[in-house]
Amino acid sequence: MTDLILDVTDLHAGYGRAEVLHGLNLKAEAGSVVTVIGPNGAGKSTLLNALMGVLPAKGRIAYRGQPIMLHTLEERVMAGIALVPETRALFGTMPVEDNLLLGGYRQVLLGRKDSAAALAGVYDIFPRLKERRTQLAGTLSGGERQMLAVGRALMSKPALLMLDEPSLGLAPLVVKEIFRIIDSLRATGVTILLVEQNARAALEVADYGYVLEMGEIALEGPAHELATDARVIDTYLGAARQKKAT
Amino acid sequence: MFRAGLRTTFGLIVMDLSIASILMLDGATNGAIYALLGLATVLVFAITRVIFLPQGEFVAYGALTLALLQLGKVPGTVYLLLALALLAAVLEVMAAAKRGVPAQVALLRAGRLLAWPVAVWAVAHWAAPLKLPLFLQCLLTLAIVTPLGPLVYRLAYEKLADATVLVLLIVSVGVHFALTGLGLLFFGAEGFRNPSFWDARFSAGALMLSGQAVIIFMVSIALMLGLYLFFERTLRGKALRATAVNRLGARLMGISTSGAGRLSFGLAAFMGALSGLLIGPTTTLFYDSGFLIGLKGFVAAIFGGLASYPAAALGALFVGLLESFSSFYASAFKEVIVFTLILPVLLWRSFQHGHHDEEE
Amino acid sequence: MNLRRNTLIAFVVLLALLPQLPVPEFWITQGNYIGLYTLVAIGLVLLTGVAGLTSFGQAAFVGLGAYTAAYLTLSHGVSPWLTVWIGLAFTGSVALVLGWITLRMSGHYLPLATIAWGLSLYYLLGNIQALGKYDGLLGIPALNFFGLTLNTGRSFFYLLWAVVVLAAIAIIHLLDSRTGRALRAVKGGTTMAEAMGVNTFQIKVTAFVLAALLASVSGWLFAHFQRTVNPSPFGLNISIEYLFMAVIGGVGHVWGALVGAGVVQILKDQLQVLLPKLLGGSGNYEVIVFGVLLIVVLQYARDGIWAFVEARLPRVQRKNDWAAAPALPERPRPSHGSVVLDVNQVRKEFGGLVAVNDVSFQVRAGEIMGLIGPNGAGKSTTFNLVTGVLPATRGAVRLLGERIDSLASREIARRGVSRTFQHVKMIAGMTVLENVALGAHLRGTSGVAAAMLRTDRAQERQLLKEAEKQLRRIGMAEQMHELAGNLALGPQRLMEIARALCADPTLLLLDEPAAGLRLKEKQGLADVLRQLRGEGLSILLVEHDMDLVMGLVDRIVVMEFGTKLIEGTPEQVQASPVVRAAYLGTEH
Repeated sequence: MTDLILDVTDLHAGYGRAEVLHGLNLKAEAGSVVTVIGPNGAGKSTLLNALMGVLPAKGRIAYRGQPIMLHTLEERVMAGIALVPETRALFGTMPVEDNLLLGGYRQVLLGRKDSAAALAGVYDIFPRLKERRTQLAGTLSGGERQMLAVGRALMSKPALLMLDEPSLGLAPLVVKEIFRIIDSLRATGVTILLVEQNARAALEVADYGYVLEMGEIALEGPAHELATDARVIDTYLGAARQKKAT
Repeated sequence: MFRAGLRTTFGLIVMDLSIASILMLDGATNGAIYALLGLATVLVFAITRVIFLPQGEFVAYGALTLALLQLGKVPGTVYLLLALALLAAVLEVMAAAKRGVPAQVALLRAGRLLAWPVAVWAVAHWAAPLKLPLFLQCLLTLAIVTPLGPLVYRLAYEKLADATVLVLLIVSVGVHFALTGLGLLFFGAEGFRNPSFWDARFSAGALMLSGQAVIIFMVSIALMLGLYLFFERTLRGKALRATAVNRLGARLMGISTSGAGRLSFGLAAFMGALSGLLIGPTTTLFYDSGFLIGLKGFVAAIFGGLASYPAAALGALFVGLLESFSSFYASAFKEVIVFTLILPVLLWRSFQHGHHDEEE
Repeated sequence: MNLRRNTLIAFVVLLALLPQLPVPEFWITQGNYIGLYTLVAIGLVLLTGVAGLTSFGQAAFVGLGAYTAAYLTLSHGVSPWLTVWIGLAFTGSVALVLGWITLRMSGHYLPLATIAWGLSLYYLLGNIQALGKYDGLLGIPALNFFGLTLNTGRSFFYLLWAVVVLAAIAIIHLLDSRTGRALRAVKGGTTMAEAMGVNTFQIKVTAFVLAALLASVSGWLFAHFQRTVNPSPFGLNISIEYLFMAVIGGVGHVWGALVGAGVVQILKDQLQVLLPKLLGGSGNYEVIVFGVLLIVVLQYARDGIWAFVEARLPRVQRKNDWAAAPALPERPRPSHGSVVLDVNQVRKEFGGLVAVNDVSFQVRAGEIMGLIGPNGAGKSTTFNLVTGVLPATRGAVRLLGERIDSLASREIARRGVSRTFQHVKMIAGMTVLENVALGAHLRGTSGVAAAMLRTDRAQERQLLKEAEKQLRRIGMAEQMHELAGNLALGPQRLMEIARALCADPTLLLLDEPAAGLRLKEKQGLADVLRQLRGEGLSILLVEHDMDLVMGLVDRIVVMEFGTKLIEGTPEQVQASPVVRAAYLGTEH
């Protein structure tokens, strides 16, 4: 059994008075692609925000074997966890290249001086970004913004990369390209935790999957098994309860 | 001599071009100072969303600290620096204890906070009676007043980093009160006028340019250039800007928002103190004169919508000129004119900014 | 009611007795100043604490009142009892103009504007020859009250505190009325208030003018107490002190103004004596303490001293005196099956982005329609187009045949459209009943004067009765006297629905009403909605919980990328391959 980069036990999290996650258990093996799929309102973004430390949470989160529940967001970033949030959080009034260089800030803080090489690496993965390097991030198309957000996260050379709905608002062809890139990132050794509404694309690229429904894990298993499981469709369209009722 | 006619609402007033040019020079010189203060205000607001009304206090502190050094005394600001650093150190240790940070680390952090203030205190005590040359005293003044900025941020604002702009504004009011009162304590009620840095005089046609004015222009331009380069060309500067553009994004990159806040306040304190040193010779400053000066820089910042540096600089020039011409024609009402003019500017800027309810 | 009313009575009695007791003159003078400041602070409670508009210019209004009184009395021999009204009229007009200009400004621009004209007025007052410039006007005569000359601190005390107590009571009455609820609603942002039919701009101006009037009265009293006026008590620093008093005392409560004024005045005095002794030299060092105190209060105790006290006083429950009140008139119901909402080719573009792409659908009377779709589909935008929060780029929205797409939110509310919000927007400091009563804002008419003089009680009873009726319908009648902020999310969402129902709507728009609810609560919600449908109401529902939607609605509209994909019954939608693809991600 390869080591677990992420081991989450009994996670509770929410916003103000509303608890959204009711005791989640989740594991991610180092170097794998894990996906959490589920319908809207299931709590997928809440999960990533709680793991990153954007939201307060209760439970146990072990990263590389160490408990990080008490760590601040900044500490988790420095430990090598990167998040591409649903809103992308790009620096819209700054050019593409500046966004990427700022992505390498963590590496600079750690004393590494190879930002030029890292930048070249990201441009290799996303040639479109290189074409638009001086363009302001806010003027990019949806797909390009997504690429920039992922590229920026990669600049920090994270051990765990968390992506919040990368297909959001993107045309199908662009989604294909994004997921192809996600697949190719395996080669760099980074572990990817991918939260998605687009179950098909997510399960195609992932090794292991969890289906989140109303704040709880309804199903889990190897991705290729989930991909053909009829119960997944039911969770999305609410047929499950209906069938039980009749 | 040319006679230029100026038609105003009060009738045709004939004005010597020489007077007009003197007023313009005067206005521009003041405008340069207001530009520095306006820039500092925009900078602080952009990065921390704090409307820093006490910017003017740093001006007074700078000028008056120098004045006391000139007299061979140890300025009270040194003790303020020590006291604030001590308070910050204590709070840091308490917070570290709460989060379970090991005692060694906590004490190290506290020590780092105290290092510079203690050093400055020691140097001040040694240097003050020696009445060192003006240039060195200026450096010492900057060394004393600049660190006050980050400490003020740490103690008054950092805990409220997520509060609304309004709450932060009221905190600014509190800081203004405290600093003004302390100013009275340190400097007393009398006014001071610092010596000029450069007593030379230059004539350019009908104009007479003082050496001090030359220095003011040179310093302003140098600082504006320096800030521009810092923010546009260095990674640290870009990181600071990023905090203002997208706070979450900046945090996710590992950019510390509290670090950004402290740095911006440090810059503001530096620019404030520097302004105080520069205007010293032309004005007698009292412990509470800083407020009005800061407010005018603030008006300039509003011109820039608290966001644009070039517009703020332009606004500062405008305020300087307006003030200088107003004081010639209707000196009693010059403040009324300057402050009433903010209203349409605020209205215009507010509409540009769009309706931004403080919800969610 | 007892402990509070008794305390108030005891307080008034104490005030009446105080000047008769052998209290040193110093304390009487202090009491007078506290009274003068309390008046201004009450205005700030209304303006800042309740309506959420920060003003750094109140001292300027005090100055206007004071100078009007002084100038007219000294130069033209006008009776003080007349100058107070002239002063009020003058200050009121200035406030109206200034408010009309500055209240259009958003967020932090408003307080900056108040600083601007506060400074401007101060310098103006100090530079006008006729007003004595910075030396001011001297020798103002004392007030003559039915033959009694109020030229001593003690005699003045009665008049002053009578005015203060009356003002406090008037404002307390105002806050507990239809206008008061509307005022509170404005603080959190204008969207919810406008959706309830409140003219937010008008009500902000009202609060602003009222605060200015209170300051003006304080100024008039000040002039006849100090018998001299000069600009220094009317500058920016004093304005800040007023705000400071309100914040320390508790800016959300009228009595907080009194506590704040008292604490600050007494503290200031003591510090003015103590600090120079402690620190050597002479000067106003107390500002240091005040500055630090303000910072500390904002960091740790933002609600002020009174909130502290109030939390420890027994809560007074509103007495139910509205059982016999006549019911409010109701809107005629449209016939079952007729078209209530007609959305026709509606389009919304944000620059180049098409958020809503020529969408059309209809909602009929006695029908629940669901609007579903993946994230970013344009559902919320469509909602906002129907409720007037956003203007449409093209297309028409009709309610019962009348076009509403270019109307303001409150106009649409008036015509019978009510809504709830994705994130609950309520007033945490009011009770459930009061929050719900806000929904009936458009069904009442009583304004400021009626509220202050309590002539609005009959109508108020009708409104509260209606609110209780809606709460009963929802099943929350037992919690009606709870503070809304203490409720869990589920009951809060239900409360929002009750509030929306209080407007007697023809069409009810629900934005993710089940988000964050537990299973039982969702079932309860579904039952309520079915019941409302049975009563003839039309409901348009945006929701993500498919179980809830499929089991509840009559028809569904599915959106994706701003376009309407399909419309049909739940069965049709669930079986549709196009919908499955949209949700699960195949290309189609």
